[in-house]
Amino acid sequence: MSLITTLARLEAIRAGRAQPAATVRHRHLAERPLVVVPLTTAGEAGAPLGALVGCDRDAPRLLVVPQPRDRDLRSAFLAELADVVLPYVESFADDVELVEGKEADPETGRQVKVERELCADAPQLIVPSRAGVEFLRLLGRSTRFRRTADQDPETAYPAPPRVPLLGRWLTHFGERARVPGSSLLLAMTDLLSRHWATGQSSLEDQHLGALLAWIDPPVEEGLTGAEAALRAELGRDPEGQLLCPPAGPATDPAFDNRLLAPAIERYDRARSALAAAEDGVAADALLAHLSEAEREIGELVRSRTLPTWENVWRGLDLLRALPEASRVPDRWTGDRWSFTAHRDRVASGEPPQPRIDDAVTAAQKLARREREQAKLDAQEALDDPLVLAARRLTGEAFVGEVVEVAMTYTETKRPSPRPLVTVRTEDRPHLGEKAKVFRSLEGKPQTARFVAAEEEDGGAGGAGEVSAEGPLLVVLRIVDRMGRGKEPALGSVPEKGDRLCFTLFEHEPRGGPKLPDPENTPWTHGGPPSDPAPLPAADPVTEEDLL
Amino acid sequence: MTSVGAARAAAFDPGAEAARVTEAILRDTKVGAHRGVVVDSPPGAGKSTLVVRAALELADAGRPLMVVAQTNAQVDDLVLRLHEKRPDLPVGRLHSSDADAYDKALEGLDNVLLSDKAAALAGLPVVISTAAKWGHVKPSDAHWEQAIVDEAYQMRSDALLTVAGLFDRALFVGDPGQLDPFSVVGAEQWAGLSYDPSASAVSTLLAHNPGLPQHRLPVSWRLPASAAPLVSAAFYPYTPFRAGTGHDDRRLSFAVPSDGSGPDRVIDEAAHSGWGLLELPHRLTPRTDPEAVRAVATVVRRLLDRGGAAVSERSDVPVPLTADRVAVGTAHRDQAAAVRAALAELGVRDVVVDTANRLQGREYDVTVVLHPLSGRPDATAFHLETGRLCVLASRHRHACIVVCRAGVADLLDDHPSTEPVQLGVTVKFPDGWEANHAVLSHLAEHRVPWRP
Repeated sequence: MSLITTLARLEAIRAGRAQPAATVRHRHLAERPLVVVPLTTAGEAGAPLGALVGCDRDAPRLLVVPQPRDRDLRSAFLAELADVVLPYVESFADDVELVEGKEADPETGRQVKVERELCADAPQLIVPSRAGVEFLRLLGRSTRFRRTADQDPETAYPAPPRVPLLGRWLTHFGERARVPGSSLLLAMTDLLSRHWATGQSSLEDQHLGALLAWIDPPVEEGLTGAEAALRAELGRDPEGQLLCPPAGPATDPAFDNRLLAPAIERYDRARSALAAAEDGVAADALLAHLSEAEREIGELVRSRTLPTWENVWRGLDLLRALPEASRVPDRWTGDRWSFTAHRDRVASGEPPQPRIDDAVTAAQKLARREREQAKLDAQEALDDPLVLAARRLTGEAFVGEVVEVAMTYTETKRPSPRPLVTVRTEDRPHLGEKAKVFRSLEGKPQTARFVAAEEEDGGAGGAGEVSAEGPLLVVLRIVDRMGRGKEPALGSVPEKGDRLCFTLFEHEPRGGPKLPDPENTPWTHGGPPSDPAPLPAADPVTEEDLL
Repeated sequence: MTSVGAARAAAFDPGAEAARVTEAILRDTKVGAHRGVVVDSPPGAGKSTLVVRAALELADAGRPLMVVAQTNAQVDDLVLRLHEKRPDLPVGRLHSSDADAYDKALEGLDNVLLSDKAAALAGLPVVISTAAKWGHVKPSDAHWEQAIVDEAYQMRSDALLTVAGLFDRALFVGDPGQLDPFSVVGAEQWAGLSYDPSASAVSTLLAHNPGLPQHRLPVSWRLPASAAPLVSAAFYPYTPFRAGTGHDDRRLSFAVPSDGSGPDRVIDEAAHSGWGLLELPHRLTPRTDPEAVRAVATVVRRLLDRGGAAVSERSDVPVPLTADRVAVGTAHRDQAAAVRAALAELGVRDVVVDTANRLQGREYDVTVVLHPLSGRPDATAFHLETGRLCVLASRHRHACIVVCRAGVADLLDDHPSTEPVQLGVTVKFPDGWEANHAVLSHLAEHRVPWRP
């Protein structure tokens, strides 16, 4: 945690409400996101209990599994979920723009121009908490390899037609969510805690109700953020139920034991009674019992998900009030490419994502994410003075006024400009010998090299040896982005009086080395992956296996 | 020492033991049936010497060799060492196209060829570069029969993946006790996979090639007899090593007597016993604890002012303890910057101040360490990492002085390791918690309380 975040948290405690941790919004928010509030069954990993989903705040669709241990009911739930998610996802697939790119010609190996489709917009899924992201990933994992009756007439438990496709999309969303700065699938708690600092720990910030209580405390009730957060976490009604149900997917044990378990038991009884019915008249009455029992469970699920649903939308309102940061659209374009690429993979009939990544894919993903993380850190700092402040405090950036510019040139056959720029700053950057620093020039990074630093009131110092508190004069040599001529291009050299921000970190981190193709995986990494990867033997079925 | 211990010590000939292991390593590398050989080397066990010797022998055997190191400084150092040993051997230094990509000392050396293109260096007996640069060389453009991978435990598995296509066989050398490679983003998704890209190159290599011969260098030539047993027991409990020198071989003395202050007393304690703990009163502080930082700087200042002289097996006469033989180690970069600033205020220059990550592989006579847990309210995985403490506690030839706030033992007890257990991941022993306790309890015997 940076010093400035610590300070903001302390200020939040004193003020009784959360303090801004950002001045702009650092994530893309879709005009029409799909909000998913899932619930799971206690003790049964991957057995959904229900969900509230939809794009319309006033008309969420309630999906319920009245007996979560029943595979058929679970399949029906997944089919319904697919009916909501897939049309939403597919509605973005056809509106495309054409983007010019280059790719290697497979015959000549030369770079040739190609036009590629890029979806004009992409779907965005929002869940209440990080556990919700994990749950969608789990649903994706458990459904993408299922076989439908069409794909395999022999399969013992055929999946409803669109469920495997749902699994592939949820897997894609889940993987993309691991890329820093991506916005295809977001958790509301992550979004809010990125933009506000509360007076509680970051672990407590994962409780959506408590987090919102800090950000937007109910002042009309005379509560501070801390009091409201405590109530959100612990407050119970006279029946012992939480006033603010957890955002899920896990449910409160008091709810499970006192309300849900009896309701499911009633449902089970009604179902076995119906199965045992002897004639049509009796069956009609028993069917009514069964639907009553089912409706009851539905109401229970709705009562636990609706407050969270409201909270997610409230969070969206709060975030929408912040202006979007200027580099967010650039990162959203990355999400659109990711969406477009998966759309193409699905359309071309490629198999679902493999069970585990092979060595090359894993290395590629890690490299990509590290690059995206560095890019995100840099972009957030450039977009937002409050984020930049944290980097200035740690000596990774400095802001100052240009007090002198002196032209020098390289001593080469065709001299190039190498202006020396003196910047007066109150910051204390950790500049090593010949360190590279960068500033943003028309959205592109311009590089300079650190030459020398001295205190304004005398006292020269080399790298990192300046200790006093006064202003510092930093001399930099600009080395690029000044055009090809002898004289620098107009506006490419800072002028006296300019107030500039230089960072010690790169703005656009370079890509790493190219990895081998999977079929050329070297001996150190087990050689090329066998095709198809051998599946581990399934666990033997025991008496305890109820599912 | 008991008479039995003395007898055993006498029977143990460090030089002969180390030579025996080195011969076995070279034999396996040159004529062994396996594609890879792994060498574990504790701190200061002669890893660089081994790499240079193996490189020369492979070159003599006519086997074109590529050497993979992790940083440009390591590469430059290796080139210089090779050149020093065998000035007539053509050595290629492959470097990046950046300005200042290599040490200017390499320019103008006979038989050292510099290029940023692998093709220009092809055919030379030895070509050396960083893993990052080797990763940009295409296997279709260049190929080597033999490679040496230096600091292989600090190399990430994905980095090995980018270079392994360039060679047929390789000698992997490294120190398993130092800092593990890390990733700035979560990699839990691949934990337990044999090729987890965030794991060390050696763990991936051994997971896929379990039969490879593994050797261990048995003697630390750097660590004094006062330090080797502690470092061995705390950080290498199952693969012990010994000091190459005895208690009487190294001595540190000061011309100026102690003025009775805390820094002077801790210096005397460390000179006498090899270890010193300057303990400041308990307090929770920001990372750049001003008092602790000033204490570190004061200790360094006094070390240099008091006219230290080091006696060791390297020289017959005492060698003055100069600024370049002293280093300060910290956990964080901002701490290092704060110490540098404090030293500048005291007029001390040329003393290296750096983080554990950057001190890896370096050697000094005396080190002053700001304890990673000093003044902290919590013990995170970062601060508990075994390798971090191991690096900080094993850079010295004579003495190590630790500056720390009181209460770290309680802090450790309040923060037992709670990292989740990942299936399929080899649990590393010892964990940072245990290693920290081992070092602390030893340091407690050399404690000098001081209120600045």
